[in-house]
Amino acid sequence: MDATSKEIPHPAAEPANWTLRVRRYIDRLLPMDHLLPDRQPYYVGSWVYVFGVVTIAALVWVVGSGVVLSFMGPQWWHVSGVGRFFNSLHFWSVQLFFIFMVLHLWGQYFMASWRDGRAATWLIGVVIFGVSILTAFTGYLSQQNFDSQFIAINAKDAMNGAGIGAFFNVLNFGQMYGLHVMLLPIGVTFLVVWHIVMVRTRGVVKPIDPEGANRS
Amino acid sequence: MKGVTQEEYYRGVRMAPYDLVKELAIALAGVGVLALVVSAVVSSPDEPPVTISAWVQSDPVDFVTTATGELAGTTTSAGYGQPYNATADAAQKWGPISPQAWLGARIPIDSANTFVIQPLQRAAFGNAQLDTAVKTWQAASADDQGKWTDAYTKALTDAKVADDGTITVADGDYGPLPLMMANLLGMARSGALDGLLQISGRFYQTDYTPALLFMGDGGYLDGLAGSWNLHGDQWGMMNETGQYPGQTWLWLYTMWYQVFPFNSDTGALGLSSANADLGIVILMTLLTAALALVPLIPILRDIPRWVPIHRLIWRRYYSAKVSA
Repeated sequence: MDATSKEIPHPAAEPANWTLRVRRYIDRLLPMDHLLPDRQPYYVGSWVYVFGVVTIAALVWVVGSGVVLSFMGPQWWHVSGVGRFFNSLHFWSVQLFFIFMVLHLWGQYFMASWRDGRAATWLIGVVIFGVSILTAFTGYLSQQNFDSQFIAINAKDAMNGAGIGAFFNVLNFGQMYGLHVMLLPIGVTFLVVWHIVMVRTRGVVKPIDPEGANRS
Repeated sequence: MKGVTQEEYYRGVRMAPYDLVKELAIALAGVGVLALVVSAVVSSPDEPPVTISAWVQSDPVDFVTTATGELAGTTTSAGYGQPYNATADAAQKWGPISPQAWLGARIPIDSANTFVIQPLQRAAFGNAQLDTAVKTWQAASADDQGKWTDAYTKALTDAKVADDGTITVADGDYGPLPLMMANLLGMARSGALDGLLQISGRFYQTDYTPALLFMGDGGYLDGLAGSWNLHGDQWGMMNETGQYPGQTWLWLYTMWYQVFPFNSDTGALGLSSANADLGIVILMTLLTAALALVPLIPILRDIPRWVPIHRLIWRRYYSAKVSA
């Protein structure tokens, strides 16, 4: 240590330091041993708990295959065997994502996982489900094949009938494609990260007490 | 448990070793293998899109009937209402609720001009006959136009299609329509109309609203969709072309179109097939809100206590309690 460094106060002694405050808040909110736990309550042994993690795994494959498809452009997979394979990977990853997410949702419902202050975690999960449906819908509209043509023609009535079509034009490929490859995936990913942080912050909920002692 | 730390929440609960990262890695690998294998074995749907050229080559009479309907203002798009035009009483409404009408014609489409007249005007450069025919149509009174389109539409029901794809109808007073439609048919067959409907005054464009609306007015694309079970009354949203799943997660949304009052002409409580889209969107919005707010809704939040599925999920916990 030289003389100069001795003149600078240590951050720990500076309560007005914004960086230190944020770091301390994060440490309090989600310590690393909560984010990446090596121990869990002994009742966390059911297969139902797996549906959440496989949903995340499917999302990783959805995003990964989607990045390749978006990098190569919307025409590529129609004229390339490799492109068709990546489209298939994207298509089936999405199917698996929804299957796992619905199983996760039903599992959490019958575990009443919103108990003990976890209602917001449940609510964000439902929002993820809704935004995922919208993301998949724009994906089906962005396929540039017969399916996307007819889905657009058919779906416009639902959108227009509800007034949504005035701003969300399913016949406009550019708008649907932009939403599908950029804004909506960012939204889903952000919400999933938020959902995971909430789960890891509070930990998994205790089993439903037969005597109702855990009533929220 | 606001303000309660995990350590406090789990106090007295036996903890067991757990490896989250290993579980995630195994899940990634397992889901990846499953997706890769299914992709390699069954691929994915990719039925080529329908072009206007393909429509004309397959069913030229349907094309000309649709184009004539655009001029007559009798097609779906011509009288659609908002957001394409301001046709009176066309917007869906439920009592005083009509967001379709409230938001106005934000995507204006003049079906007759966009789908028929403007493409013909572009083709009329260097074609004096066509130029005269289009001008004759535009200068005619609404009564004359109506008589011509009525007579021509009736005559098209007995139209004959030649080997070269041209169509002929019985002699009659159709004004300039036969010449206009013969030119439009030729443009469509060559593929020129596919391009002309995409012209927006800018070099780049990605909006297919005009071409899709025009094809949606005809019977050809709709017929193909029916053969693939894609119609709304065929649970179409859950299907894709071929033997592939569609958006199966929309099963509940699709189901409402199959049941009363949304599948009925008369309906109940002001809801029927005429405003099914609006009614179902409102219903699904309420159901989604209810799902999100389950933790706050009595009965819905109590069902998990009454249905003993949680006893299967946590059977080790409950068996331990019984032993104790």
